[in-house]
Amino acid sequence: MIEVDGLTKKYGDKTAVDGISFAVEPGIVTGFLGPNGAGKSTTMRIIAGLDAPTHGIVRVNGRSYRDSTAPMAELGIMLEARAVHTGRSARSHLLALAQTNGVPAKRVGEVIDMVGLAEVAAKRVGGFSLGMGQRLGVAAALLGDPRTVVLDEPVNGLDPEGVLWIRHLLRALADEGRTVFISSHLMSEMALTAQHLIIVGRGRLIADTTVEGFIAQASGNVTRVSSPQAHALSAQLSAANVTVAHLDAETLEVTGLTAREIGIIAWEEHIPVVELTTKRVSLEDAFMELTHDAVDYRSSADTIPAPAGAR
Amino acid sequence: MTAATATPPDRSAASPLRVTQARVVLSEWTKFRSLRSTVITLAVAVVITIVISLVFALVMGSNYATMAPADKHSFNAASTSLNGDLFAQLAFGVLGVLVMTGEYSTGMIRATLTAVPRRLPVLWAKITVFTLCAGIIALITNLVSFYAGQAGLSGHDLQVSLTSPGAIRIVGGATLYVTAVGIMGIALGALVRSTAGAISSLVGLLFVIPPVLNLLPQSWTTYFGKYLPADAGQASWVFHPGPGLTDRLSPWAGFVVMCLWVIGLVVIAAIQLLRRDA
Repeated sequence: MIEVDGLTKKYGDKTAVDGISFAVEPGIVTGFLGPNGAGKSTTMRIIAGLDAPTHGIVRVNGRSYRDSTAPMAELGIMLEARAVHTGRSARSHLLALAQTNGVPAKRVGEVIDMVGLAEVAAKRVGGFSLGMGQRLGVAAALLGDPRTVVLDEPVNGLDPEGVLWIRHLLRALADEGRTVFISSHLMSEMALTAQHLIIVGRGRLIADTTVEGFIAQASGNVTRVSSPQAHALSAQLSAANVTVAHLDAETLEVTGLTAREIGIIAWEEHIPVVELTTKRVSLEDAFMELTHDAVDYRSSADTIPAPAGAR
Repeated sequence: MTAATATPPDRSAASPLRVTQARVVLSEWTKFRSLRSTVITLAVAVVITIVISLVFALVMGSNYATMAPADKHSFNAASTSLNGDLFAQLAFGVLGVLVMTGEYSTGMIRATLTAVPRRLPVLWAKITVFTLCAGIIALITNLVSFYAGQAGLSGHDLQVSLTSPGAIRIVGGATLYVTAVGIMGIALGALVRSTAGAISSLVGLLFVIPPVLNLLPQSWTTYFGKYLPADAGQASWVFHPGPGLTDRLSPWAGFVVMCLWVIGLVVIAAIQLLRRDA
């Protein structure tokens, strides 16, 4: 369980995180989503006790992480930037971390096997690829068998096999009752891995929702229907909570009814239907739509003024 | 936050894991010995100490007969055989700096401080491991230097033995001095965080400020100069001819002043380590 309450972090006069509150529940994978510069990494650094919040409180498993007596049993974290001395072997790196908390040395071998680094464990980390570095970061996070696992952009640099592996690993960790919190800037990846989403932009909370809820909201339950008797159909469909837009003489866009419901109504009223499609918005599009106003660094020709107070 | 629905059983109380100072010391020992740079820097310090000390002993020995009486008076065989420490102190200092800045430059500090979120045990452990490792190696090196130097001086009948008055104090003083310089390196590394910046600060403190102080009026120089870390720390073991010797603190007063510098820097480093974002 991670509780973030009214968290604000300022670096000088730049506000990286601007009063966000959310809770990450155990037993599920929660995705932390936002464009680059949205404040994800900053929030994670504060969760790990590396940075102190300007305002607000963050609790890991009910208390401030900096006060925990068995930190590695409480929280395993991998931050986006590498946190390994390049001159040390993977095994020595993990052993040094394990020793601080009294994690037995045999656990080091276990996590090395678990992340598939056994063959290179004696090699210096400086020569590791991005993907191997990610695996080492995951190994370090899992050393203390922690109740809460936080990974910043775990999929970065992994090959397709690695992506699949991390997805299964995260699900398995959540199924064991752990709190799993992972960040990404890729909506499509999160939709496959996470069950809950915390979406931020420019340091502010944009959405705190289930993945299903987000998908439903994103596709908006819009159905496109064409009929030679569009006006008659439109009259039959009108009801509370249903809006009908006329695209042209024969085509309607209906919000608030499923394609199945529209088809049955049309059949009952003997109105011919020549097209009936549920309009799908890609998750990526929905995410872009949602965070459009909150993107820090965008390509040119699409600049919009910053929302008041965001900067 | 609907409580307790899926909260896993509270294992933290039952968990055998715990951060203790001894465990963090063990961890720092693992870090210390698993880096090639540490071993190389220590080896450099050892070689510099022995080789330069021996050169000093041989040169001073052969020049002794033609020295001015005042220089003969201030000649000390034990001190001469440890002159290499005046150069090796930089290697010890750099090692101390690297113990700390190696973590910041690579990002390792984030992993370290996440594993030990109370932070201070990490600083104490680094100082402990460094003091033991560097201190023991410096002591052995200085004993080797001493005997090698005395062998070099024996050709001119200038040698002393370890049991001669002051000899043990001089060997011990040199050992404590280079170790203290390394601890100052750790503290400066924690404060400055960059390797280049911390080494520059250390060099400034040890080698640049003393001559700069000489530009000030003479009365200031004689009053403040002896309290600088290098002058104070060398009072117990360096005897070189020339001005300044008479303005020295006594060996133990010098040692105490040196310790105060070390403690002061370490305390500031500890406060900053707790206060600043990692």
